[in-house]
Amino acid sequence: MNRPALSWIRLAALVRKEFIHISRDPRSLAMAFLMPMILLILFGYAISMDIKTLDLAVYDQDKSAASRQYVEGYQASGYFRVAGSIEDYASARAQLDRGQVHLALVIPSHFARDLEQGRSPKVQVIADGTDANTATIALGYAEAVTNRFSTVRQHATIELAVDNRVRVWYNPDLKSRWFIIPGLIAVIMSVITALLTSLTVSREWESGTMEQLIATPVQPIELFLGKMAPYFVIGVADVLFSVAMGVWVFGVPLRGSFLFLLGVSSMFLVGGLSLGILISTVAKSQLVASQLAMILTFLPAFLLSGFLYSIDNMPRFLQVATHVVQSRYFVDVLKAIFLKASPPRFLAEDLAFLGLFAVVVFVAALRKFKKKLT
Amino acid sequence: MSVPTTSPLPPSAGIIETEGLGRAFGELWAVRGLTLNVRRGEVFGLVGPDGAGKSTIIRMLTGILPPTEGAATVAGFPIEGGEEQLKTRISYMSQRFGLYADLTVEENLSFYGDLYEVPRRERGPLEERLLGFSNLTPFRKRLASNLSGGMKQKLGLACALIHKPEILFLDEPTNGVDPASRRDFWRILYAMLKEGVTVFVSTAYLDEAERCSRVGLMHGGRMIQCDTPQRLKQGIPGRLVELEAGQPRAALEILSGRFDSGHVSLFGGKLHLYADSEEEVAQALAALGEAGIEVLGAKSIPPTLEDVFIQQVTHTPQEAVS
Amino acid sequence: MNRENAVEVKDLTRTFGSFVAVDRLTLEVGRGTVFGFLGPNGAGKSTTIRMLCGLLLPTSGEGRVAGLDVMTESEAIKRSIGYMSQKFSLYDDLTVEENIDFYAGLYSVPKDRRQERKAWVLEMAGLADKRRTLTRTLAGGWKQRLALGCAVQHEPPILFLDEPTSGVDPLSRRRFWDLIAQMARRGTTVFVTTHYMEEAEYCDELALIYRGKMIARGTPHEVKVLLPDDILEIRVERPFEALERLEASGLVREVALFGGALHAVVGEAGTGAPALARFLEEQGFVVEAIQPVPPSLEDVFVSLIELEDRRNPAGAEE
Repeated sequence: MNRPALSWIRLAALVRKEFIHISRDPRSLAMAFLMPMILLILFGYAISMDIKTLDLAVYDQDKSAASRQYVEGYQASGYFRVAGSIEDYASARAQLDRGQVHLALVIPSHFARDLEQGRSPKVQVIADGTDANTATIALGYAEAVTNRFSTVRQHATIELAVDNRVRVWYNPDLKSRWFIIPGLIAVIMSVITALLTSLTVSREWESGTMEQLIATPVQPIELFLGKMAPYFVIGVADVLFSVAMGVWVFGVPLRGSFLFLLGVSSMFLVGGLSLGILISTVAKSQLVASQLAMILTFLPAFLLSGFLYSIDNMPRFLQVATHVVQSRYFVDVLKAIFLKASPPRFLAEDLAFLGLFAVVVFVAALRKFKKKLT
Repeated sequence: MSVPTTSPLPPSAGIIETEGLGRAFGELWAVRGLTLNVRRGEVFGLVGPDGAGKSTIIRMLTGILPPTEGAATVAGFPIEGGEEQLKTRISYMSQRFGLYADLTVEENLSFYGDLYEVPRRERGPLEERLLGFSNLTPFRKRLASNLSGGMKQKLGLACALIHKPEILFLDEPTNGVDPASRRDFWRILYAMLKEGVTVFVSTAYLDEAERCSRVGLMHGGRMIQCDTPQRLKQGIPGRLVELEAGQPRAALEILSGRFDSGHVSLFGGKLHLYADSEEEVAQALAALGEAGIEVLGAKSIPPTLEDVFIQQVTHTPQEAVS
Repeated sequence: MNRENAVEVKDLTRTFGSFVAVDRLTLEVGRGTVFGFLGPNGAGKSTTIRMLCGLLLPTSGEGRVAGLDVMTESEAIKRSIGYMSQKFSLYDDLTVEENIDFYAGLYSVPKDRRQERKAWVLEMAGLADKRRTLTRTLAGGWKQRLALGCAVQHEPPILFLDEPTSGVDPLSRRRFWDLIAQMARRGTTVFVTTHYMEEAEYCDELALIYRGKMIARGTPHEVKVLLPDDILEIRVERPFEALERLEASGLVREVALFGGALHAVVGEAGTGAPALARFLEEQGFVVEAIQPVPPSLEDVFVSLIELEDRRNPAGAEE
């Protein structure tokens, strides 16, 4: 069927109307900014992969100068705090059980003697494995302290053949916040965009104005663009606001091009807002729309975007599934822009997928939306 | 498929024509077998209770609900295939008015003006006229949410008229609106009729139906009668008798036992009895006499549309309804 | 207090901030009366009914319902009345029977009476074969009768109905009013608000309230006599044009189209009819018929409101 071309008068009217809705409802506008702020603060502070200080219980059976020097090595590393000395295994177990300490260190009674005789004494480190992540990192640190102790001891006698030094690029101190915040911005934005547009369309179904609209000559594309335009502006403002918070509140360096970041965000926003519209073609009440938007955006963005959990470590089928998760690409690109200052050509694949997602979802929403009641 | 954008309607044809139109929701037929011809300039009233299928018909004719069977043309365009063209020529005011509560009177009006691409220079005088008609001029800057029910409804009508539609579809426009506002509302409609607009209105108020040039009585998804109000009233068999009785409530109880539901009622302190024949009237009077109820007067009165409706409904065979 | 009065109020007033919703209302309703309380939306009908039911405290004035003080005995009032609101207050996800049982519990209908009352409600509402149907699936008329049944299970001496028939079909509406008439005959006082003017004819007495004030009061017949004007029905060719000419003529207070005929409001039918006929014929119309028609309550209602607006224009549209 031949349709008349898109009418700019109608589109402008729809956009203007949407802006009026937003301006007359300051609470929802405040929500659009409060939500990312609260989420950034909550997640930014709560999710931290860094381990600050680990409490250590020491069961020193040797009580020699050497063993004390070894324990001091822990203290001096800055990762551990010696919480106290204990005199038996039972106390070690009790303190670990109660969660008073993260680790217990057991030094055998022949520690100093073995060292003197050039034998390697066996030191036992017991970690609380209920928090596997912390335990692994703690054991790593403990190993590092032990190695250091060994090298210092050996250094006195022989020269080391290899000087083993690790350098971490982009995030030299391995501050987890540096990679969490850019990812978090992507996660938050994918939730907000889908929520904003799906709510505004389902509200019209609820209030009965949609029935009126579909009985006018308005075209679906005008309707959708009219809905998306104002929220695109809000979305851009949200991105800028979140980036500003990342840089100035959380101290994450923004190394890449700001304009590039803006460009990528725009592509992402079009996809996210279209997803909201697509949701609203199915969900005709605000309640269902918001639930659907949360399920379709928050869960995948949180779990499958590589924001927290590396996609490379996922089982194969999940890795494949992550390709349809829009936030995956945005997480990737934001991290790269923030920390690596990567130029666009290095991120071509991510950008292509972001663009594809936006087009496919927008077209799907257009096809799904009928100017009909059911 | 290509549909001409100018109305292909020959002057003699009905502006709304339906042929065996029906719509089912799941197993349930909301409307069935609707064949109808509405002429240009008519005020056609679709009258019936909630759930009779009135809204479903209006939604099909406005092109927003596909029919399950049958066909219809509105302003010369088929409702399936031509719905986007017909939407430019009609106006639809749904039961909920479709106003934006957080937009002002003026903003609502110009939003709908834009949707229909009414040129700005034509719009000014029209807007003024519509606001004047509906007595909304002093409230043009007021949010729609702060209007009374009657004012909201008049604004809804003004929005529906801004593009000078050929046909105006109104779905229970005066539901829950007080009589004073209903009068204003009809005054605006008459002004439109003078300009040749066709009005297709659904209502549950039978007194309102009297204002229509033709009325279709809807019951259980079927149109059971369709004619002018006058002819409908003349057409019912039997007669309506007004009885003045000493103890009207006691009289009602006695007669309720003898007549079908809806055939006897207490109205303004008097009994209205719808009787099939002279004998029935005589029997009723005798029954009251036996019970010792004094009958002060009995006279035939012209039936109202409500009487016609109730008579039709109670005499429609059940199978036609379900 | 007169023992025969079920409701008696004097200077009852309720304000919300600076807005006077009900302004010094005084009225009595005799026992066993069907009392119609009419007025446009926002006139103060619901506010009044809520004060009388003990749901809302009056700002000033006094009132007694079933002999109980509305200021101090609102809980006792709630026990001795039945109240049915516009929304029917039924639980859509409960069956018919479950709704009845729920309200029986709420009004503490004695255990030994429950079966009998339930049977009565089902019978009255015509829902005996639908007792296990979900309320959601009932049509408007059934719902309305079920709500009525629920509200009167405890056999209250006074029943308050707030717009009980909105959205209900004509046949159900007639059945509903038949039920009300039966209850009144058994001595129940029924206080009902409606804005269907034709329904007001079912009431024994009417009060018309507008902008918080009572502007008319009496039996339907008495109220109709209050209309200072007469109404003429005119059958004429080209009614639209005739309507325009008449509007411009200054001979009529108001003119409207009813189907193919015109209804014109004139001061007095005796002189008005020939004057209008002459005018129309001079204008070149063929007058087929011109005759006075009895005013409907709606005619009366609208003209009383317009009169009030002329008298007190300050309050218009606010």
